[in-house]
Amino acid sequence: MQMSGAQMVCEAIIAEGVKTVFGYPGGAIMHVYDEIYKQNGFEHILTRHEQAAVHAADGYARATGKVGVAMVTSGPGFTNAVTGLATAYMDSIPLVVISGQVPLSLIGTDGFQEIDAVGISRPCTKHNFLVYSIEELPRILKEAFYIARSGRPGPVLVDVPKDITVAMGNFVYPETVNIPTYKPTYKGNKKQIEKAVEAIKKAKKPLIYAGGGIVLSNASDLVRELAEKTQIPAVETLMARGVMGAKNPLLLGMLGMHGNYASNMAMSETDLIIALGARFDDRVTGKLSEFARYADIIHVDIDPANISKLVDVDYPIVGDVRDVLENMIPLLEDVNPNRYQAWREILKRYDALHPQSYVDSDEVLKPQWVIERVGELVGENAIITSDVGQHQMWAAQHYPFDRPRQWINSGGLGTMGFGLPAAIGAKRAFPEKTVINITGDGSILMNMQELVTAAEYKIPVINLILNNHFLGMVRQWQSFFYEKRYSQTDLTFQPNWKALAEACGGIGYDVTTKEEFDAALKDAIVQDKVCFMNIAINRFENVLPMVPAGGALFNMMLPQSVEK
Amino acid sequence: MKDARRVISVIVMNESSVLARVTALFAGRGYNIESLTVAPIPNSQMSHITIETKGNAKVMEQITKQLHKLIPVYKVIEHEEMVEKEMVLVKFPIAENLSDIEALCRAYNGGIVNVGKEMVVAQVADEPTRIQHFIEAAQRYNPCEIVRGGVVAIER
Repeated sequence: MQMSGAQMVCEAIIAEGVKTVFGYPGGAIMHVYDEIYKQNGFEHILTRHEQAAVHAADGYARATGKVGVAMVTSGPGFTNAVTGLATAYMDSIPLVVISGQVPLSLIGTDGFQEIDAVGISRPCTKHNFLVYSIEELPRILKEAFYIARSGRPGPVLVDVPKDITVAMGNFVYPETVNIPTYKPTYKGNKKQIEKAVEAIKKAKKPLIYAGGGIVLSNASDLVRELAEKTQIPAVETLMARGVMGAKNPLLLGMLGMHGNYASNMAMSETDLIIALGARFDDRVTGKLSEFARYADIIHVDIDPANISKLVDVDYPIVGDVRDVLENMIPLLEDVNPNRYQAWREILKRYDALHPQSYVDSDEVLKPQWVIERVGELVGENAIITSDVGQHQMWAAQHYPFDRPRQWINSGGLGTMGFGLPAAIGAKRAFPEKTVINITGDGSILMNMQELVTAAEYKIPVINLILNNHFLGMVRQWQSFFYEKRYSQTDLTFQPNWKALAEACGGIGYDVTTKEEFDAALKDAIVQDKVCFMNIAINRFENVLPMVPAGGALFNMMLPQSVEK
Repeated sequence: MKDARRVISVIVMNESSVLARVTALFAGRGYNIESLTVAPIPNSQMSHITIETKGNAKVMEQITKQLHKLIPVYKVIEHEEMVEKEMVLVKFPIAENLSDIEALCRAYNGGIVNVGKEMVVAQVADEPTRIQHFIEAAQRYNPCEIVRGGVVAIER
């Protein structure tokens, strides 16, 4: 069928089954926006900044597991989108971002709103395309979606020059993809799986180290089955919260820099790590030379480059976690769960010694209480997004995540300003669910213009601003490591949050007590408007436990132990 | 683990910006490029990139894997048993002893390939270590310009 490049972009989006696109128009992408106006195959949400458009598509993708789509114009439209691309890249989130570009004849001439988009995005996309002809556009669009979602997922940029969007061509959307140079490995090597199973059977202190790859491969049911069948305890990374389920007795908690005592001790003492879709990030391992010194390592990952990148692996298995576990679990039939009883007892004692705890107060709201209270009030029904900082860690530590895709945060890149647009994306995907963005008084301002988007489209996401009048995480480091020189972290000067929310068409709440919080949250849930909840919390509360950067995982700064 | 000189061949789709993807990967991840040659493979849609680099076994493993992750990369060969050659062009003043230069070039698998009014151009193609020796030996004839070509290698 003959059509313009702009129409082809829309047709491809429809053919991929995408229902919502987030974006922002501009000169070079106008022909595509003209076609968006004419079609009714998908809705378009106009964010108020391109970065937020990509984060919203990202939130949509994380919540659904499908490819998120964002659209931006050339030059500044694209450069604004780069942080969004990098955020998705670091967390392996499938996105297709369509960017306008100056006409082919102007490329390289420093034209108006021209920037080398494929050059800039090369290190922060899984792959990118600059379209040179209308003939290759259908194939490129098809490949972009395929590359984004297959193998280790990631963002793909398609940079479309303006004249290509105008040009007419024959559109046949390819049914299949054949890229001879790109064949991801899904099936784990059978021999390697058998060897790993033997290692599990011989181990005395095995530990499941669950990573975000489990969420990406929709394998959490199998990970739970593996743990249950063998009674092997598990720790989760920040990206894997929800995989095991908060009530799972085999879950020790989150490990790493702000992991709990039992998890970090388990990792330090285990004799066999079963790493599933995790990548031994520096925030997880602490000092590498002290990391898991007694352990052999089974590492299941779809990306061969993750294996033996930071730690030497004894049983590498390249493959999709789901596929590998489907083949591994039946081989573990004859494992006697009592084998690891002594190990579980040790870990239980560790947890009793230093449980995840905090000192509550009647005088001032504690952030940890707020998080736990949210968990009690909305629990497994809610989707929780977060920004980056102390509030993010408190949420990860204290929220009772019950299922994968319930917890949406920027783990790898640590992008402040991610939470609100991501919440908008998640809420659009699941309008019936309560979507709460747990944020701070620093982070929320980095994309607060999206209040307007949420208000306009009636996307009632709830923003809990844990307000300590500080850039709290940096302030915490300054307290610990910079002799309390609070350089540029004091946020005493603040907007009137309630008025700000109202000015943008939302609702504002000021909360200083537990009673007020309960009342405000209950009210916010039933409202059909976006809200800011300004929650005054203890100014100098720290995120604990904490492994100082570069320190060994077992050397944790611990909170005061208290009866809860 | 010791740093050692290594030669890898990267077979890639011959498409726009593919070389940029490969070199950007080296720059972005802090790997070294000592020399680089690239040319299309005859009768195919592929190109052959030969990279001379330095690193220990672990770094090399990462380089190989990261290269593999690039979508247009078809194959990565870490050369072990290889035949490798490098070419060099050297410009000498015509006043130098040309028969000595010719003899030197012959010893290193080459010869004088162009004679102008004031300069002669000599060409040598040999193993990289021998190219180094040749360049050292050529110094006594006051070379004005030396252009090395980078390594090409093929597995035996």
